[in-house]
Amino acid sequence: MSQVTEYSEKVLDHFTNPRNVGEIENAAGVGTVGNAKCGDIMRMYLDIDENQIVREAKFKTFGCGAAVATSSMATELVKGKTVQEALLVTNKAVMEALDGLPPVKVHCSLLAEEAIHAALWDYAEKNNITIEGLKPPVNDIDETEKFYKMETE
Amino acid sequence: MECIYLDNAATTKVAPEVFEVMKPYLIEEYANPSSAYRFAGQTSGKVDEARKTIADFIGANENEIYFTSGGSEADNWAIKGVADALSAKGKHIITTKIEHHAVLHTCEYLEKHGYEVTYLEVDEYGLVDPAKFEAAIRPDTILASVMFANNEIGTIEPIAELGKIAHEHGVVFHTDAVQAFGHVRINVDEMNIDLLSASAHKLNGPKGVGLLYLRKGTNVTTLIHGGSQERGRRAGTTNSAGIIGFGKAVELADARLEANHEYETKLRNKLIERVTAEIPYVKFNGHPEKRLSNNTNFCFRFIEGESLLIMLDQNKICASSGSACTSGSLDPSHVLLAIGLPHEIAHGSIRFTLSAETTEEEIDYTVEALKKIVERLRSMSPLYEDFVKKNKA
Repeated sequence: MSQVTEYSEKVLDHFTNPRNVGEIENAAGVGTVGNAKCGDIMRMYLDIDENQIVREAKFKTFGCGAAVATSSMATELVKGKTVQEALLVTNKAVMEALDGLPPVKVHCSLLAEEAIHAALWDYAEKNNITIEGLKPPVNDIDETEKFYKMETE
Repeated sequence: MECIYLDNAATTKVAPEVFEVMKPYLIEEYANPSSAYRFAGQTSGKVDEARKTIADFIGANENEIYFTSGGSEADNWAIKGVADALSAKGKHIITTKIEHHAVLHTCEYLEKHGYEVTYLEVDEYGLVDPAKFEAAIRPDTILASVMFANNEIGTIEPIAELGKIAHEHGVVFHTDAVQAFGHVRINVDEMNIDLLSASAHKLNGPKGVGLLYLRKGTNVTTLIHGGSQERGRRAGTTNSAGIIGFGKAVELADARLEANHEYETKLRNKLIERVTAEIPYVKFNGHPEKRLSNNTNFCFRFIEGESLLIMLDQNKICASSGSACTSGSLDPSHVLLAIGLPHEIAHGSIRFTLSAETTEEEIDYTVEALKKIVERLRSMSPLYEDFVKKNKA
């Protein structure tokens, strides 16, 4: 099976021309999820204003085509939303917005949802507020430490 | 589609000469060679000629060549066949951690049926250590199966030496030579090989035909039961066009082997030199010299292989990756893990396999594309971001 032909046009578009790649300095919330060992890491930066509206969203992703595309779409979907609304951007919403994902790539959309939640959690903690319905993120990137230790060749 | 095809370890183009010799046996001389009438006679003779050509190529007798549907069937037959035939003698098999799945999964199947399998470790280059190989042999060891050359990293194993050790201990020796056959000179006697698997489509032959070389006197039970084709040992209507094409592919490979080897080695080395010199944080995989002339394999740190493959595809370059995402499993290539790479680095692997038709321009274009793609993907990678920040600190 060819990976490229299995992806929808939208997935390929968001992979080839990802929206909102980058970092936000002093972001209101930053969340990193995934595991380098499994081949996917997403980091999401959110800029949230005093009205709890997501003004800007950026991401960086290490992963396959679907991981990049779901990150890109997730940032698009949370922009302009309130924190409560952003919480409702589920993996299903991300998948639907991308016209679907191959079955083996569904976990990428889950990771995108987790990245949003992790960034919102960071925002809530920094501002000492509670976002209703938000659970603490699963921190699972311990393997990255080993990654840095590999000597550079 | 016009593309730069650098995935010749996956499959190769059928050579025009091969296609030409096959054609009559599909549309004119289509008779079943097992039939009695004269119409079948010519086909049967051509199949025998192909068998002779192929036998000569590896220093075997034509009665020791059995045609199969491909490499996977040959591997299955060799391993299950010997295991079954010698089960009264013992139930221990030795193989390696870097075999093709056709060997590994067959061994795993046998483990579920009362056999014990030792999977030998390899060194950082993917080489099997003959001393460790010998140490693994037990009184109940019946079979050892070590690939001739690895399909992912191209490392060529010390087959003659391993075969010699196996024979000193009365162990039957099989080699999966699918990647090496037609690309490396093989002599089954000099290299102490009892069984050898090969596949036509890796050397500009057609898909769907392969062979098992079976040394005379080697005890092997049948895998495919049915008619009396292949001297009663492998049933199924003779794939006459495929076999005749295979014979031609071997004839061409035999004539061009040294020239192709020299040409591919030069281009391969150029690709390796440019990539490792011009792209930072690259790990080159496999042995620098003991490797197939057409194989290169790299890990680009901080990025993931499938992303790289898609971007290469968008640049009309065909390659392959050992990342988990391309295998449909969570783990990256078992070969890259076996040579000691951490998961996160193995995920960023790319294999480029050349052919005698690959040009220097294509290599240069690939390197230039690769440089841009790697830079772009790294600019998107949180791992690279962290790495850069850590190095600054």
